[in-house]
Amino acid sequence: MKFLVCISNVPDTTTKIAFTPDNKEFNKAGVQFVINPWDEYALTRAIELKEAQGSGTVTVLNVGEADTEPNIRKALAIGADDAIRVNAAPKDAYFVAQQIAAVAKEGAYDVILMGKESIDYNGFQVHGMVGEMLGIPTVAPAMKLDMSGSTATLEREIEGGKEIVEVSAPFVASCQQPMCEPRIPNMRGIMTARTKPLKVVEAVGEGARTSVAEYALPPKKQGVKLIPAESAGDLIKLLRNEAKVI
Amino acid sequence: MSVLVVVECDGGEVKKSSLEVASYGSQVAQMLGTTATAVAVGEATEANLAKLGEQGISKVLYDAEPRLKDFVNSAYTKLIAAAVEKESSAVIVLANSNIGASVGSRLSVRLKASLATNVVELPKNDGGSFTVKRGAFSGKAFADVVLTGDRKILAVKKNSIEASHEAGKTAQVESFSAGLSDADFTDAPKQVVMQDQAGGILLPEADRVVSGGRGMKGPENWHLIEDLAKALGAATACSKPVSDVDWRPHHEHVGQTGITVSPNLYIACGISGAIQHLAGVNSSKVIVVINKDPEAPFFKAADYGIVGDVFDVLPKLTQAVKELN
Ligand SMILES: Cc1cc2nc3c(=O)[nH]c(=O)nc-3n(C[C@H](O)[C@H](O)[C@H](O)COP(=O)(O)OP(=O)(O)OC[C@H]3O[C@@H](n4cnc5c(N)ncnc54)[C@H](O)[C@@H]3O)c2cc1C
Repeated sequence: MKFLVCISNVPDTTTKIAFTPDNKEFNKAGVQFVINPWDEYALTRAIELKEAQGSGTVTVLNVGEADTEPNIRKALAIGADDAIRVNAAPKDAYFVAQQIAAVAKEGAYDVILMGKESIDYNGFQVHGMVGEMLGIPTVAPAMKLDMSGSTATLEREIEGGKEIVEVSAPFVASCQQPMCEPRIPNMRGIMTARTKPLKVVEAVGEGARTSVAEYALPPKKQGVKLIPAESAGDLIKLLRNEAKVI
Repeated sequence: MSVLVVVECDGGEVKKSSLEVASYGSQVAQMLGTTATAVAVGEATEANLAKLGEQGISKVLYDAEPRLKDFVNSAYTKLIAAAVEKESSAVIVLANSNIGASVGSRLSVRLKASLATNVVELPKNDGGSFTVKRGAFSGKAFADVVLTGDRKILAVKKNSIEASHEAGKTAQVESFSAGLSDADFTDAPKQVVMQDQAGGILLPEADRVVSGGRGMKGPENWHLIEDLAKALGAATACSKPVSDVDWRPHHEHVGQTGITVSPNLYIACGISGAIQHLAGVNSSKVIVVINKDPEAPFFKAADYGIVGDVFDVLPKLTQAVKELN
């Protein structure tokens, strides 16, 4: 099996979000970038499945400029075999999906995995776009993925429950917890990652279909109204008469 | 040119989030000077579909094919694409649900449409540019996104718009066939397992949520959360560490790496308010925090707070709700 795992480079989850003065771009100053937490499920599960099968390869793919390479190396340290970077800023989901579809087609990958969504753009779109471009099934979001030969059994989360779905490779799945326990790199992994192949290719296809005109932060809260614990019941009256939510 | 609204149905009823989507769609239609048609997916009844008139829908297309009862990605995508062609729809509105995102993303490629998910407001269509506000950075920010091209797909986040009601208005329900065949059902689920949810209220659909964190000390104390939730007609939720140690199931985990909720009321009990937790809940209309530590960061994001012990406060709140009802 050839696994292709798509990773994105996102601000660490503790980042305080701020924008450039014109509010047109995310302000990267002083921000630590990490592998998108959802993508870690995809990466670890691909490595586990490859190990269970005793053969195959795991390739990581990132659409990003050169500054994403530390996180690509981290994915290699966690256990991917090689990496491809499409040298372009990820303009929108459609643009990124075209790059992934082109790489997947060229390399004839069997299983294309990614995280549910990126924690910066929160699009939750790329999986379906790639599946449609390649004419193969998509399962999103997947909480469980097992493989036997080229048949995969997945648990897809739906509102209020889950579906058990069976598909044959090739397919696309977007992954989330509790699929596996994401691995962290060990010393040996970090050493070997330095020499694993990382290929850089140029972007293909059409441009983006959407663009961000402006970012904004949510309005600030008014401040908390404290109710003494002794008269906790008063809170309920406030929720009915003042906030009008019950 | 019309607006097409995708309504998800379950057990014969239109889901509440889809009533909001229907209202959203008919307001977009009004803005564009056209009408809104709905296409129903899932198990629906004609009587309930006709009631979508109350949300401003003029016509509902319904394919009674029994295999459409469960979510099947290929079949749903084909059905909706056929409805778009039939109605020559320029704008397609869906719920920002797992179904909506799965189908919407495939449709955007098939129909050469631009797509915005996580949409939180009505679009603006001035000066020839079509812009919508969407949530980004896991609830920590918003982005105004410009959609290009002749066709647009919008996936609308729950609680972004109030479902309108014009009592007595009915939509015309029209049977519709997308000519689905076995080939469209190859990715049909082998099995569908629904959760056993406290009080029958699903977290993603809930208007009120009572949530517990590590401060609840253990799963044996969750009846305190459940009692309050039941009295309020709320769903239950939890912080990540709580589901990590299996005190509660994973589908209750809210936050940056769990599900995002935006109810009218979110009550956090014994949760510290870490930035990753806040990301999943901070678009709730009213946030109540109960924590024994007055310095807990959650108080900064709250509208109402009680500095106190959850084991003392929760029974009092449940009692007060019962007295109120
Ligand atoms: C990459 C990443 C992603 C993450 N994603 C998420 C996420 O999606 N969702 C999430 O929730 N977390 C997430 N976290 C974890 C997050 O950082 C916090 O660790 C977590 O939210 C803390 O959970 P908690 O508030 O239940 O526990 P704690 O932080 O331990 O807080 C317990 C609180 O209970 C209070 N308390 C204790 N006893 C009582 C009592 N008797 N009465 C009243 N109050 C009491 C304490 O004062 C304290 O404030 C993530 C972390 C990382 C690194």
